[in-house]
Amino acid sequence: MSEKKCYGNPPPHVDLSRLSGFLIVIEGPDSSGRSTQTRMLSNWLEQRGYAVVQTGLLRSPIVGPALEAAKQGNVLSPRTMSLFYATDFYDQLENTIVPALRAGYIVLADRYVYTLQARDLVRGADPGWVESLYSMAIVPDAVFFLMASSRNLVERTLTANQLLDYWESGMDIGISRNWFESFIRYQRRLRVEFKNLQEKYGFEIVDANRSVNAIQKGLRAHVETVLHDTRSVLG
Amino acid sequence: MVTDHIPGRLIAVEGLDGSGKSTQIHLLYQWLNGLGCKVFFSEWNSSSIVRSATRKGKKKQLLTPTTFSLIHATDFADRYERQILPMLEAGYIVLCDRYIYTSFARDGVRGCDSHWLRKLYGFARHPHITLYFELPLETALGRILEGRPQLKYFEAGMDLNLSGDIYESFRIFQGRVKEQYDAMAEEFGFTVIDASQHIHVQQESVREMIEEKIDLPRFKLRVKR
Repeated sequence: MSEKKCYGNPPPHVDLSRLSGFLIVIEGPDSSGRSTQTRMLSNWLEQRGYAVVQTGLLRSPIVGPALEAAKQGNVLSPRTMSLFYATDFYDQLENTIVPALRAGYIVLADRYVYTLQARDLVRGADPGWVESLYSMAIVPDAVFFLMASSRNLVERTLTANQLLDYWESGMDIGISRNWFESFIRYQRRLRVEFKNLQEKYGFEIVDANRSVNAIQKGLRAHVETVLHDTRSVLG
Repeated sequence: MVTDHIPGRLIAVEGLDGSGKSTQIHLLYQWLNGLGCKVFFSEWNSSSIVRSATRKGKKKQLLTPTTFSLIHATDFADRYERQILPMLEAGYIVLCDRYIYTSFARDGVRGCDSHWLRKLYGFARHPHITLYFELPLETALGRILEGRPQLKYFEAGMDLNLSGDIYESFRIFQGRVKEQYDAMAEEFGFTVIDASQHIHVQQESVREMIEEKIDLPRFKLRVKR
């Protein structure tokens, strides 16, 4: 059984003992192929007999709908947004992730606290404040960061949606009035924050400039190691 | 914690349910308003944007100590950054019915780490004056429980499993909240008001104290109404 711990103190009344599942996190910007890769990984794991629960951002019934609505109007300050997202995150941590880990599931998280932190940091949040805010997160068994060049991200986004997303382009920050330029520069800043976070939290960087299948193959090999290593510790 | 100079003045009231603090801050507002001061009032847990989420979580009793704390912090951040701070920068006297100490007390009782809580609210400045309306626990309980009111689930601390009886749970919960307040009084330099005195007497001494600490003529509206 893999011993679970949090980055700091665990949330009050959350029992970290007997969490026999695995927490695997896939991080990366929109259009990095993150959701496709997560879905493929999930199918593959289930085919191999592992039960999977998927989590992501904004899926909590408490704040999800309110935050979606607020994003449409863009009236919340960055800090209010941070705290809304943090509420959503901890709701899922306590009500989805922990129970699933206790029941022995593999939890595949389509983004985790790193995306949330990177977004806050790009918007000027105090690093110590953000770190403390998310200090009660459970340390995952593995974190994969899908890293793609801004040019590739633009191309994929435009191919799929024919337009750039307001938030993923960082238009709320006012980097540039030009959407394309804003997107490129915002994604570049995010990548800098992710690199800093990577040094701190040590996640696996996956080259997402490759084909879907090539990326998936690499991910499976890594996940295999994680599952295997922990099993052999068990004896 | 933010301490740099700001043109406005921030006054907060804290205390148990039934301490009479809302009445006192209302009277304070009326007085300052009558004097022609720029004054703004803000109430704990009142942001319109956040309210729907809070209500949903509370109604369905879905909140854990952590999400309960965070949803109130979200509400506070919204009011703080869109109203309280701009008002202070514009030279207003801002009155807050409950402030970050309410979270420190209630969430602390719920088991949230006190260091984490203080960091969470680290973006907020301490008030220039924090009035703590202190009174014996039994008196506060009596004021609220007289008449057997409908108590709300979280208000009574029912999520803490202190007692199956909602009134008993409320008593225990309030007792613990009071311990937190009493401990904070010195840490944060609260001005303690004896809330068992007559309403009018309390208000007189509050006004006297504020007149002494704040140069009120400086906060008068330039534009006459």
